[in-house]
Amino acid sequence: MSEVVNVRDLGSQGMVTLRGDMSSKAFKAACKALSELAIPDRNKITEADGKGIVWMSPDEVLLLLPHADAAAAVAQFAAAMGAEHHLAVNVSDARALIAVEGPFAAEVLAKLTPADVHPAQFGPGDFRRTRLGQVAAAIWCVAPGSYRVICFRSVADYTLNLLSASAEAGPVRHF
Amino acid sequence: MLILECPYCGVHADETELAPGGEAHLKRFGPGSDIDDFEGYLFMRENPKGLHFERWRHAYGCGKWFLAARCTATLEVFGTYPAQSAEPPQSIKDAITAKRPGWSWRDFA
Ligand SMILES: [Zn+2]
Repeated sequence: MSEVVNVRDLGSQGMVTLRGDMSSKAFKAACKALSELAIPDRNKITEADGKGIVWMSPDEVLLLLPHADAAAAVAQFAAAMGAEHHLAVNVSDARALIAVEGPFAAEVLAKLTPADVHPAQFGPGDFRRTRLGQVAAAIWCVAPGSYRVICFRSVADYTLNLLSASAEAGPVRHF
Repeated sequence: MLILECPYCGVHADETELAPGGEAHLKRFGPGSDIDDFEGYLFMRENPKGLHFERWRHAYGCGKWFLAARCTATLEVFGTYPAQSAEPPQSIKDAITAKRPGWSWRDFA
């Protein structure tokens, strides 16, 4: 079979959890200052120039940035929010980032998650927190046939093996 | 298979992405309350074959608690709504009435 879906650990990725009142001026301005991006709609991700913002819940976003910049981003966010109630945590080393790329990458994910990841429903910029097999994971679509998975670092081996097995088993051709 | 729409993030979550939280709309009776009220709060639960109101948490998702009105016999879902609701919103009641005329559940109807 010539069709192959590639699964690989993308190594160090800066990730900072930011929580607070996402409708507040200070929160929006602080996110903008850190990423030059606006806060995306719910279940969406915006990415540009090696940075990204993900909508995680009604009061939480995840900032993606170079690993070396994560600690400074926490301090910058805290300074920008001042006395306003917020939380900023560098979770870079608690999480793993995995790429799933290839012609039937959507099916590699669909075999492992109850989420609807059909390309007609889950396209570029769409983001979904769900589970892969037995572990919590977040997935998003970068481009058709190109997906990213975030999971806890403690279950990264399981997730990599799970995705690899799903890829090796080949396409189901339901999509 | 049970699929509930999380009212916070809009995700149509599969049952396996959710954590069940038991019966919804319980009124808490704490220390110093009447002993029968306290017993009811701790132990007495509805267990209907049919319409039920439940708490669920979007555990493999946004993490928020929400409430659901559904039928335990058919798995039909009448709607989901925020956990901060003291009683089901009118839209949920109307959706139930459309399918189960004359329904009642504890103090709601
Ligand atoms: Zn949710």
